Amino acid sequence: MKVILLAIGILAMSIDCSAQQTVNFNRDIRPILSDLCFQCHGPSGHDRQAELRLDRADGPDGAYRTLDESYAIKPGSISDSALWYRINADEDEVMPPADSAKRPLTANEKAIIKRWIEEGAQYADFWAFVPPQKPDTPTVKNGEWSQFPIDRFVLRRLEAEGLKPKQQADRRTLIRRLSLDLTGLPPTRREIRSFLSDTSADSYERLVDRLLDKPQYGEHMAKYWLDLVRFADTNGIHHDHYREMTPYRDWVIRAFNQNLPYDQFATYQLAGDLYSEPTHDQLIASGFNRLHLIIDRGTALPEESFTRNVVDRVTAVGTAFLGLTVQCAVCHDHKYDPITTKDFYQLFAFFNNLDGTPETGGRSGTDFQRGLQPPYVSLASESQQAKLEELQQRVDEVKQEISRIEQQVNEAGDESVKSTIEEKLQQAKQELEKRQGERQTFEATIPVAMVMKEKADPRPAHILRRGAYDNPGEQVERDSPAFLPPMKNKGGIRTRMDLADWFMSDEHPLTARVAVNRFWQQLFGVGIVKTSEDFGVQGDWPSHPDLLDHLAASFIESGWDVKALLKQIVMSATYQQASEATPDEFEKDPENRLLSRGSRFRMDSEVIRDQLLATSGLLNGDLYGKSVKPPQPAGLWTAVSMPSSYPREFKSDTGEKVYRRSVYTFWKRGMPPPQMTILNAPSREVCIARRERTNTPLQALLLMNELEYLKAARHLAHETVANRTLTPADRLAAVYETITSKLPDTDETEDFLKMVADLESIYRDNTQLAEQLCEGVELHEGVSMAELAAWTLLVSTIYNLDITKTRG
Amino acid sequence: MDVAGQHDLQSRHYQDAGLVVMRDLFEQHNGLQARRQFLKTSGMGLGVTALASLLPQNSAAQSAFHHTPRAKHVIFLFMAGAPSQIDLFDYKPQLGKLFKEPLPESISMGQRVTAMTKGKTQLVAPSKYQFHRQGENGIWMCELFPHLSKKADDLCIINSMHTNAINHDPAKTFICTGSEIPGKASMGAWLSYGLGSMNRDLPDFIVLTSAYWTGGTRNVQALYSRLWGSGFLPSKHQGAAFQTSGDPVLFLSNPNGIDRDVRRRMLDALGQVNQKHFAEIGDPEIQTTVAQQEMAFRMQASVPELTDVSGEPQHVVDLYGPEVQKNGSFARNCLLARRMVERGVRFVQIFHRGWDHHTILPKQLPGQCFDVDQPSAALLTDLKQNGLLDDTLVVFAGEFGRTVYCQGKLERDDYGRDHHPRCFSAWMAGGGIKGGISYGQTDEFSYNVVQDPVAVRDLHATILHQLGVDHKKLVFPFQGLDQRLTGVEPAQVVNGILA
Repeated sequence: MKVILLAIGILAMSIDCSAQQTVNFNRDIRPILSDLCFQCHGPSGHDRQAELRLDRADGPDGAYRTLDESYAIKPGSISDSALWYRINADEDEVMPPADSAKRPLTANEKAIIKRWIEEGAQYADFWAFVPPQKPDTPTVKNGEWSQFPIDRFVLRRLEAEGLKPKQQADRRTLIRRLSLDLTGLPPTRREIRSFLSDTSADSYERLVDRLLDKPQYGEHMAKYWLDLVRFADTNGIHHDHYREMTPYRDWVIRAFNQNLPYDQFATYQLAGDLYSEPTHDQLIASGFNRLHLIIDRGTALPEESFTRNVVDRVTAVGTAFLGLTVQCAVCHDHKYDPITTKDFYQLFAFFNNLDGTPETGGRSGTDFQRGLQPPYVSLASESQQAKLEELQQRVDEVKQEISRIEQQVNEAGDESVKSTIEEKLQQAKQELEKRQGERQTFEATIPVAMVMKEKADPRPAHILRRGAYDNPGEQVERDSPAFLPPMKNKGGIRTRMDLADWFMSDEHPLTARVAVNRFWQQLFGVGIVKTSEDFGVQGDWPSHPDLLDHLAASFIESGWDVKALLKQIVMSATYQQASEATPDEFEKDPENRLLSRGSRFRMDSEVIRDQLLATSGLLNGDLYGKSVKPPQPAGLWTAVSMPSSYPREFKSDTGEKVYRRSVYTFWKRGMPPPQMTILNAPSREVCIARRERTNTPLQALLLMNELEYLKAARHLAHETVANRTLTPADRLAAVYETITSKLPDTDETEDFLKMVADLESIYRDNTQLAEQLCEGVELHEGVSMAELAAWTLLVSTIYNLDITKTRG
Repeated sequence: MDVAGQHDLQSRHYQDAGLVVMRDLFEQHNGLQARRQFLKTSGMGLGVTALASLLPQNSAAQSAFHHTPRAKHVIFLFMAGAPSQIDLFDYKPQLGKLFKEPLPESISMGQRVTAMTKGKTQLVAPSKYQFHRQGENGIWMCELFPHLSKKADDLCIINSMHTNAINHDPAKTFICTGSEIPGKASMGAWLSYGLGSMNRDLPDFIVLTSAYWTGGTRNVQALYSRLWGSGFLPSKHQGAAFQTSGDPVLFLSNPNGIDRDVRRRMLDALGQVNQKHFAEIGDPEIQTTVAQQEMAFRMQASVPELTDVSGEPQHVVDLYGPEVQKNGSFARNCLLARRMVERGVRFVQIFHRGWDHHTILPKQLPGQCFDVDQPSAALLTDLKQNGLLDDTLVVFAGEFGRTVYCQGKLERDDYGRDHHPRCFSAWMAGGGIKGGISYGQTDEFSYNVVQDPVAVRDLHATILHQLGVDHKKLVFPFQGLDQRLTGVEPAQVVNGILA
């Protein structure tokens, strides 16, 4: 029942709004028409019925048209509007038709459509396709709360709903929230102390600056980007072989840390290879176009795989930069958004010219072993290059030697002479093998980046009928979708660089909005547009449209400065609110769309694991490099691999490598690490703009029983109990603060110490059990096994608290 | 609030015309359901008023179903790699006379082929296997299925299946999720989402994969977790893939040094402090966490109970044949499937790979058939003996068929077959399906469907239909579209096979 009540609540909210103002076509009407009518009366000409489209007013098939002297919609008159009649008609005539899968309109929806027609049935361009204008900062009743524009926009909405913002969160919460949001790691106890004792007025701002300067900031930001572009370490189809793309990941981390302006960040990825003298970074970034799935040679027909790859590439551009589901137009005009198949294949034409094969190469050779597929560039340093040339020369020398000896063999008449020479030849050949091996081994240590590279002559592109690779229709030229601002015509064939420039132009209505919305989502758990992957007609109406436009416009004004944007947001009073509320408030607005409190949401799998490593003292903070394989349960890969998959069997790394941050974890698309996927990490087969957040028993099992997680708990427990000068209460406080950034109160202290005492007595009585838990640990002086076992469970318990896995 | 009530709430999402903001609701629902679970199981937390507001009123009046269901469970035996329909189901005795004859172009009609046989001549390879009429209706059964042959009266053999993709990966993704492109929700996830849970302690959708092949691993193709993924649906609906070694459910067991008493003591303290935090913070999600931790504790008992087959009577174990002794065999997985259905699991999908017989088919096929014949026959017998077959729809299918023309060496008793999407065979049993029939026909080359075609989406629609679900109405809004398992093309329930 609650669901129903809630539905009515939210609906009432939007109707209340419109009772005060006039009906807003985009907010109130378009979603109804789009959901229920556009499939047959929308932008797609393919199945259009009765020569009527309701997505626009004018034109021979627009909503104001007449057919047999009857108006579809007559502004101002419901009695003359066939639409009004049809949505109220009986079973034979009702719209949507009774036998369709669409539901009938609700009474509320009918009421609002009635008012809209009576008020003149005004159409408006779809908001997301109109460039953002910087709106005036609104006036609010409570002028005291904050002067920041962000807060004014938020407060205006709160005041309209009769709500008040919460007070500022306490300082422990603030430093924890900021550290987790900006670096993906919790603050250390020392950092907490220093922030608590800093009473200067700008202490918060300086904390923000410090966090944005940490290299862990780039690692954390990269995590979100890598979901969006489906970065992974395997090809994702058929054998699901290894692929080496890690220089791209390193570049993303560096780019965020260096605060590369977002327009360049995007341009490097779309077209980095097309700069006149591209830098390594620009080339590496162009590997964005290579992150799609790749099939193995000898299975599908290459033409089919070629098309599939290009569609995948364009889909990625659609999700990441346009925030639209352009892939819907592969087979037919988009049913809801004004994207035609022609629009799609015009974009396709920019990305169909890779100078490389659409499949993996054969199994032999170093490329395969190294997970590479041309085109790629070597990122050798000067000294590496020199060494490589030297090794190559050593190879060439023996080769020459061999051909010289072969000559001698041919010339030698005497059999005995001939056999001596042949012996020499054998030796030389062995030497060649050895030297080639040396060269290969060394070459394998040099980083290489798969990149985008244009073929000299552009491939023609065609509309593919019904998306079939072997059914080409009309030829199309490279161009932007017709419903968006036109590309500048520079003469000649347009390039991906022109496309990138078009994306980054001030008039583009989507690029900045889509980007700022994702950064907002990262900090509040939900975007201003909740469907951050879809800004189209079927996407969600923004909770704060003006705020979104304010952020987008100031983002462009700032020169696409990402750190400045994040700082602007986290400096706001909105962001700093306390997240405590009454159960009733949580029920009314579970996702905090109105921002009447600080947001509270479960952290992503990577952050949960990294927090565990960092707080237990095990984290290996090395930056960059190849992917690593922390242990996982046996048999997961072999259960899905083929006998000749490369790699087939999971072999865990050892030593310090297994404690690196999760952004470096090896990602097999066919079976990603369960520690990540159980907590909603995507498979990285498709581009994901927002992760889902569930709460399941499998997650509870993971956090309780994962062996590495338990070892981390034991490590922290051992360090804690080793300090014999501390009382149990002190130790508890230290552990609790390390993990949660809070101090335990007397109730918590009592509960936990009681548990430790109980468990210690269990373990004292059952030494075998204690031994099992402490296996492999060399006990510090004065520490008993029962004590370590009990404290390990205590630390693990704190790791399993809801507040530990939640950013509050 | 009983578990059946959970269906009501879910079904309302797509039934109730009053819901405008469905998307929000779907996502909240996840937490909500766990919360209700929590309320039900622990009795802690919210007061009576709040409790009432969380539960559907007049829930008995709401039906979860679009129509009366014929089945409650599905066991899908997925033959990954594509078994040869010509050698196993689609009997074409007259092909023997056409040995090594070229396939007429009037039959192949410019069919797309794979990279493996492109540009090669297409010579007919008749099946070397004998077929016999079996059961009361005398349907044709292959000699490689001696045990299944005895179940002929329960089987509905469909010889007119067809699909779009010609390569394994997209074809498997298509049959498992209704789309060739990754990212959609799988069959079991849809059913879990649409019909909800029938049990308290186990997942709705469980996946079992074979780890043994009598015929060797030469043709074993890769699998992907997307084949049982939840796609855009909340991930609680994804298939739980049971492991054949170690914990059947990942991270199920307490680590060494932690026994059940210790875990209980830990959870008591954990729950207490979490509850305190709920009182301070107010976020009901904290209570969901507590509920899920308790559910995890219960699963630590219920899952081992499920997978421990030592209590099965010998005569039941014997039904499944000698391989049942091996954990991870197809036979063991069939036995487990029966135990799961018994315990209220909605959808069980068993993956048996290794059917990709491009060459030396006669050497490889008998082993594959040995793996599945007796166990799948036993599954039908066992379900029936326990009164479960009426409620359980058993489906046996691969992702496509194989060509009548040979790939590689061609002898009477040595040949191979390439991928063939235009026709393939599947069988269904139980769950309101007519037994002892064969449905649909192909031409004399087992190449094109000539009568009663059944597309993959028709199979999906039929499965949903038997579970009381109208495939057109089971929808989820994602990327601006009302997504459904059967996609956007028209799909038909195969009425001709319904009992």
